[in-house]
Amino acid sequence: MSDPNPLTKEEVVHVAGLARLELSEEEVTTFTAQLGSILSHAADISSLSLEGLTPMAHPFDLENILREDVVAPSLDRDELLAGAPSVEAGRFKVGRILGEAP
Amino acid sequence: MNTAHDVASQVRSGEVSAASLLEQSFAAIAARDHELNAFLYLDHDGARATAKAVDEKVAAGQDPGPLAGVPVGIKDNLAMRGVPTTCGSKILDGWKPPYTATVVERLLAAGAVPVGKTNLDEFAMGSSTENSAFGPSRNPYDVTKVPGGSSGGSAVAVAAGFVPVALGSDTGGSIRQPAAFCGLVGYKPSYGHVSRYGLVAFSSSLDQVGPFTTTVADAALVTQVIGGHDPADSTSMPDGYDDLLAACGRGVQGLKVGLCSDLLDGADAEIVERVRQAAAVLEAAGAEIIDIAIPELRLGLSAYYLIAPAEASSNLARYDGVRFGLRVEREDVAAMNVATRTAGFGAEVKRRIMLGTYALSAGYYDAYYGQAQKTRRLITNALDAAYEKVDVLLGATTPTTAFGFGDKVADPMSMYLSDLFTIPTNLAGHGAMSVPFGAASDGMPIGVQILSPGRRDDRLFQVGAVVEAGVAK
Repeated sequence: MSDPNPLTKEEVVHVAGLARLELSEEEVTTFTAQLGSILSHAADISSLSLEGLTPMAHPFDLENILREDVVAPSLDRDELLAGAPSVEAGRFKVGRILGEAP
Repeated sequence: MNTAHDVASQVRSGEVSAASLLEQSFAAIAARDHELNAFLYLDHDGARATAKAVDEKVAAGQDPGPLAGVPVGIKDNLAMRGVPTTCGSKILDGWKPPYTATVVERLLAAGAVPVGKTNLDEFAMGSSTENSAFGPSRNPYDVTKVPGGSSGGSAVAVAAGFVPVALGSDTGGSIRQPAAFCGLVGYKPSYGHVSRYGLVAFSSSLDQVGPFTTTVADAALVTQVIGGHDPADSTSMPDGYDDLLAACGRGVQGLKVGLCSDLLDGADAEIVERVRQAAAVLEAAGAEIIDIAIPELRLGLSAYYLIAPAEASSNLARYDGVRFGLRVEREDVAAMNVATRTAGFGAEVKRRIMLGTYALSAGYYDAYYGQAQKTRRLITNALDAAYEKVDVLLGATTPTTAFGFGDKVADPMSMYLSDLFTIPTNLAGHGAMSVPFGAASDGMPIGVQILSPGRRDDRLFQVGAVVEAGVAK
């Protein structure tokens, strides 16, 4: 890419933090180049004049469909918890939540 | 391997047992899958029990269903209760879903026999299966080449003759591209046509489940079984759909076929030539061929690689080490989340999560995600306008035939370009099909792509059946 990279290493580190990912020095360098190249390609749409077009989030204009409020069987709690890494007394178990932030 | 139609009719008549067909399938897999790596998991016990139940129904004179005894491969991002579902990711290694995807339930109800879970690029992100945490699958036509992706394992399972049918999912071409690379029919239904309940979410407004088969009629048969409204998927279309099997025999007399330059330019010359031959086949069968340009389709790649990662960054936030899958223990939860995700996700998944997070982040949302959503509208409008002039579009499925391992790994953008012709369909929510049409001079299969307006998937089968019959001559 001859264009300057639209992305800095600092931004990559920031975005990784938002996404709860940790990157090695080497990964920061690689991802900065690769993500920059993808964003440079996207310049073909960022420069388009698209005034008046409604953003499209979904292929069809479906309204929310609410089902009748009838009781139906749910998934089995013990079977669901069996797939969890750690469980106690019928609940998901995790470590400390409050305290000093990372 | 016989077609699903043949297999089901033999099982229904009692000529062949579902159990013996299943053992043939397992034997074929045992003989060659160590080389091809199509399957991540074989459900020996479950499949044998399913086949036995089909045979008991036949013996008792009950209707065993339209797919009686047909062995099926299931892409490993579709949930089967109690059967490991990894999505090709270390983060879900060992996880067993507590529920079964609607499409699998419907296969079972139709008498089909799911044999196991097929390999894929991690979370369906990729075009070669090289992003699978469990090693790539190999193209049965040339094991030094990729099978395509992300549903590469499903394509290999059918192309190698292990099973007559496999399910995949298509977010930007993940059924059609591997179908083209492996010489198969690959069908991506219109959005909302097939339930996504139990399909592990990648990009929810684009994902759609569909079949790999060896014939167009088999794709119709399987879709009749898995398609239709599902109350468990709020994006499933409430209305019914046309009889796709009947459409296979309708012919193309008077049909207007748009030969689309923007689905051809940039493709290998041999592929362009094959698409032109397919157009000639359709013309000889009574269709009118109309040259058409839709330059907006060229913008699909950029829109897709902002929209899909944005949705993925949100969908994949659920892999936090709390409720399922991998956990890397740390003293507090936030550090555990980071350690788990860092260890559990591969490079491509991290790349897309970061790209999506960036595109959605404050200050960049309008310039990237907002602009991509407007481009999605632009492309859809352009397709709608084209369909006022033609009934279907015809073009290439892929710019090249199957490429070699490692050819595109270092440069993600070059890998993304292999989805150039398949992406616009997903953005618009329309249906499309890749039909095998000969091979290149190196022996690798070539696919031609048919596109239809949304919810008019019957035309794909109409055209696909004629193209298929034309190549046989």
